[in-house]
Amino acid sequence: MGIEDRKNLTYWGMVWRQLKRNRLAMVGLFVTVLLLLVAIFAPLLANNRPLVLYYENHLYFPALFDYKKLHNVDFKELKEELKPGEYAIFPPVPYSATEYDLTATLEAPSKKHWLGTDDRGRDVLARMIYGARISLSVGFVAVSIAAVIGVALGAISGYFGGIVDHVINRLIEIILTIPTFFLIIAIIAFLPPSIYNIMAVIGLTGWTGIARLVRAEILKLKKMEFVLAAKALGASHARIISRHLLPNAMAPVLVSVVFGIAGAILTESSLSFLGFGVPPPTPSWGDILSQSRDYIEFAWWLTIFPGLAIFISITAYNLVGEGLRDAMDPKLFR
Amino acid sequence: MRAYIIKRLIQIVPTLLGITLITFVIIQLAPGNPAVFKVKMATQGQVASDAVSKQIIEQTKKLYGLDKPLPVQYLLWLKRVVTFDFGNSYKDHRPVMDKILERLPITIQLNVISIFLVYLISIPCGIYSATHVGTWLDKFLTLFFFILYSMPNFWVAVVLIMLFGGGDFWDIFPVYGISSIGAHSLPFIPWLLDRLWHLVLPVICLTYGGLAYLSRLTRAEMLEVIREDYIRTARAKGLSERVVIYKHAFRNSILPIITLLAFLLPGMFGGSVIIESIFSIPGMGQLGFEAVLARDYPVIMAITTISALLTLIGLLISDILYAVLDPRIKLE
Repeated sequence: MGIEDRKNLTYWGMVWRQLKRNRLAMVGLFVTVLLLLVAIFAPLLANNRPLVLYYENHLYFPALFDYKKLHNVDFKELKEELKPGEYAIFPPVPYSATEYDLTATLEAPSKKHWLGTDDRGRDVLARMIYGARISLSVGFVAVSIAAVIGVALGAISGYFGGIVDHVINRLIEIILTIPTFFLIIAIIAFLPPSIYNIMAVIGLTGWTGIARLVRAEILKLKKMEFVLAAKALGASHARIISRHLLPNAMAPVLVSVVFGIAGAILTESSLSFLGFGVPPPTPSWGDILSQSRDYIEFAWWLTIFPGLAIFISITAYNLVGEGLRDAMDPKLFR
Repeated sequence: MRAYIIKRLIQIVPTLLGITLITFVIIQLAPGNPAVFKVKMATQGQVASDAVSKQIIEQTKKLYGLDKPLPVQYLLWLKRVVTFDFGNSYKDHRPVMDKILERLPITIQLNVISIFLVYLISIPCGIYSATHVGTWLDKFLTLFFFILYSMPNFWVAVVLIMLFGGGDFWDIFPVYGISSIGAHSLPFIPWLLDRLWHLVLPVICLTYGGLAYLSRLTRAEMLEVIREDYIRTARAKGLSERVVIYKHAFRNSILPIITLLAFLLPGMFGGSVIIESIFSIPGMGQLGFEAVLARDYPVIMAITTISALLTLIGLLISDILYAVLDPRIKLE
């Protein structure tokens, strides 16, 4: 590549070019996108309502919409009664996450239930597809909360220094030294079970790393001449921080956000495993894994698959995080 | 140096106060107070008449000083804590410190074994990888430790139990508790073997994560140091590879490994909530978990406070070690 090409690349263009060269990171990125799609389109992947139904000369999309006429209809029975010319197309996994079948409990993986069923005859794959929603939404929301607090406090502390910096540093030190996971369990156990509490608690305890990164970046940047120039032009503190300093301090934050998502997914599944997760019957990976302990002697599918899902998503985010960190290393820009 | 240590020790005080205050406020603000909880326990789900349960609640509140305003409660608690008196457990009325001292040896046992194994295995692996970059064994170790690092430990625990704890697969290791029934009457050697037998699976679960982390850290640090000019100088003046690697490179890459100490100390005290509860190990982690379930405030606060104190001490020790080992670092 010539020098001309390189000139046209922005900073993020260069980072992206470095990242593309890292095969493992690209695999990680692919998996994270795939998981995101699974979570978003869960109702189209696993549902006991057909995607498309042609019935009595009408076309219905029961997986997407509710029809008055088809209220409280069991679509599987309906499928048996369809006349010639009428049809019903089900999603790849024709079960919902909460639909139980007490005649098919604890079945090993088969053609009917690809990843087996749990103790209430619920399809494990369907539950895992919906579980992705819980894990990813907790991951994203918790880390967003952490990032907002971390960036704000880090910027204030680095920019203003003095007593403000001192107080914020003490606060960071306090949160760092508290046994976080134990504290999270204690708080979650005291609060009514809800996914929002989990998001909030993980977010509120997880911002210290980002705050320290931002603070260090701001300390470096605020001595630069462009800050002096902005001051000379009469820019307010808020404007200098938000328009001039923060955009230049965001790169390391992104890396730590990606690692943070992996961490939040792990914390959420640990909480669910201990029974402090989202309230039932909402499916979550940790929750399936925790049920498996009662049938550990034989029901290996309840143990292996949800664990793999947690492991794969954590690995994917860690790979992307490491790839980004390497791609942003200026020593490697070529 | 002495001035620095004294300054740091003084700094611990406000931080520790902040920690106790935050813990206290969080626990007090949370719904479901222990007095109400006690009524539920006492009546065992039977419907007690309102008057009776109100009476029990009032009595319990008075007994534990819960009827006083929050700031007063906090100050009273703080006054006792200074002398390491964390009060009595709400659950069985025994002094919290007694309960902790009873559980502590088991957690320390587990953690000492695990930390020993972590360092014993990961440092040679890390050094080997760094000095053989690009070989298949390096690639294998790097990938292996990366995978290990991302595995949730509760999953590993459940899979190990499934594979080795009876059931459809092998029945090799016990999966419950830390010794067999009646083990206390065994002579020392059989007792020790029985104990070690019970610790195999939990120790694996407690070890592999740190092992993967430290191996990766050692490799990265070594790689950084090996690129330095003074390593080239050492090689150029004809020193043997062994001396170059162990005396020049390793000594300089060991510093960040020491920082880990700060995080090991509280782990030794707090134990692992998940692993201890999966394997029914009566250590600190399980004590904490039971305390959370029973809303046993004094125990929760004692564990949080002591863990935080140990982390602070660990941080201080690692800073001092840093300065002792690396003459370039000057403590203000």
